[in-house]
Amino acid sequence: LRLIHTTTAVQRKNVGASGPEKYTEAFIKKQIEEFNLGKRHLANMMGEDPETFTQEDIDKAIAYLFPSGLFDKQARPMMKHPTEIFPEQRKIQWGEDGRPFHFLFYTGKQSYYSLMHETYEKLLNVQKYQDQLIAQDLPLQKEKRNLAGSRWLTKIELEEMLLEKLSDDDYSRFIQLVQKLMALPGSDIEEKYIQKFSREVPVQMQKVVIEPLQHDERGVAFSTGEGRRKTARATAVVYDNGTGKMTVNGKGILHYFPVLQDREQLLFPFQFLDRVGKHDTVCTVSGGGRSAQAGAIRLACAKALRSFVTEKEVEFMRQAGLLTVDPRVKERKKPGQEGARRKFTWKKR
Amino acid sequence: GERGTGKTMTLCHVIHFCSRQGWLVLHIPDAHLWVKNCRELLQSSYNKERLDQPLQASAWLKNFKSSNERFLREIKTQKRYLWGKRESTEEGRPLGEVVEQGLARVRSASDAVGIVLKELRQQSQRGSLRLLVAVDGVNALWGRTTLRREDKSPVSPEELTLVYNLRKMMRNDWSGGAVVTTLSQTGSLFKPSSAYLPQELLGKEGFDALDPFVPILVPNYSPREFESCYGYYLERKWLQHENARTEDGKAELQFLSGSNPRQLDRLAGPL
Repeated sequence: LRLIHTTTAVQRKNVGASGPEKYTEAFIKKQIEEFNLGKRHLANMMGEDPETFTQEDIDKAIAYLFPSGLFDKQARPMMKHPTEIFPEQRKIQWGEDGRPFHFLFYTGKQSYYSLMHETYEKLLNVQKYQDQLIAQDLPLQKEKRNLAGSRWLTKIELEEMLLEKLSDDDYSRFIQLVQKLMALPGSDIEEKYIQKFSREVPVQMQKVVIEPLQHDERGVAFSTGEGRRKTARATAVVYDNGTGKMTVNGKGILHYFPVLQDREQLLFPFQFLDRVGKHDTVCTVSGGGRSAQAGAIRLACAKALRSFVTEKEVEFMRQAGLLTVDPRVKERKKPGQEGARRKFTWKKR
Repeated sequence: GERGTGKTMTLCHVIHFCSRQGWLVLHIPDAHLWVKNCRELLQSSYNKERLDQPLQASAWLKNFKSSNERFLREIKTQKRYLWGKRESTEEGRPLGEVVEQGLARVRSASDAVGIVLKELRQQSQRGSLRLLVAVDGVNALWGRTTLRREDKSPVSPEELTLVYNLRKMMRNDWSGGAVVTTLSQTGSLFKPSSAYLPQELLGKEGFDALDPFVPILVPNYSPREFESCYGYYLERKWLQHENARTEDGKAELQFLSGSNPRQLDRLAGPL
């Protein structure tokens, strides 16, 4: 039997899947030129000055010209500099005669080992400097660096820097070495080198500014607060020297919240601070349902009361959960299910 | 006043005071009961167009009898009333007989009520006794009813004997007594729940009928009233919870009830 008519799919040889495509330098250069040209064209189209067209302007222009409703930002059309789009790749490490450039090429992880060698050299330097200082009887300076504000590179970041894969073991060894280097007292001279491997951790707790009390025309102190819960938005103005009355959207609390549970929610911030009958409140609220509006006003009152109260009590309020925004919102209904979690009735047949 | 501020309670205070003083008290606990959810409606024998309500009338006569027994023996009828072909009440018979006739013959109970009201009106005008008419929920007399005739046509309040007779009492044409009424939103029909002013609840007709009219607003508790109520609960050992006895508990109760007597009562119930 001979094969006479075949399809091209069968004739193609079974080629193994190659790795990520290799981009040549010329290709990258061409992409950069095209990008710059495109940038100038875009600036022309938008009527802006081509010389001072920043990346932000490019993003805005693209979002305007190609509006997309996709949720994933990275799936939308974008125009960025080729270095951001094409990942960095290693150029060919050996010359025309086949001889590698780097002396550690045959170890396999040349950049990793060269990094380790460099770091160890710095360590030896520091030790020599220490010995010199001891010999000269000068005091060893020990400046405490801000350890809390910085972190070491993660494994992924280090891989990106070295452009080669690492194992967990290698990474931990490197980190131990750099930590040892930093721990030495005389490591101030190598400060710059160490800073290459540390990142700033953004300050987590943003200090919340407590607003000072404002004063009314009659001289009564008052303060405002805003709160939200689940689509309800509320603003509360808490006045001093009051009788404990509350007005919501122009109506009294008995009219607006006939349910006891909602009124208890409103009572909670005042009761916590033992100031039940001392403040008058005027609130406005919109959106949400009955319970959500009550929760929103509670948060708004608690925020407004912060200005009347010492810092310690503010801390107590925060721990009691009076100042945190409730993150619970209605969960999305998924297709193929009846509700957010409820599945359709399962029928065996 | 608004809901739950103590209008009915004040009325009861007035009734108690007057009965202590020796007045004859004509108390209708809730006029709304006469215009809603009636099971039986009979055509009145006295007047062809009107409709009778035997059940409500007999219930009211029973209450009236038990509350004003000694008056019923003293007051005498002025006219002769025919009940049917054979029964009649002569002149000069005590009013108690009319009441008993109404209780025995349920069909003519509403007419008995009408007679009682007329007699009392005439007698108090003469000055022999003092009459207090206390009606709770008087706005029912001038609103609409939920009742329908058998041919599904709606009934207006004038066509009910009880309501018609009561309206005659409310007019300004007799002396020697007093009329104290309360307006109530809770039982009223076809009125929005936020209405509490006399004009809204009575309608134009009712407002004109009650013409010389002293409106008294019953507000929520003032701070003094609240303290006295709270003190009363404490004394009677109604508030059992330890926290309720503290100052904070008191402030909490005041805030949560909004100084409304009904809310305070409901709050203090389980405590």
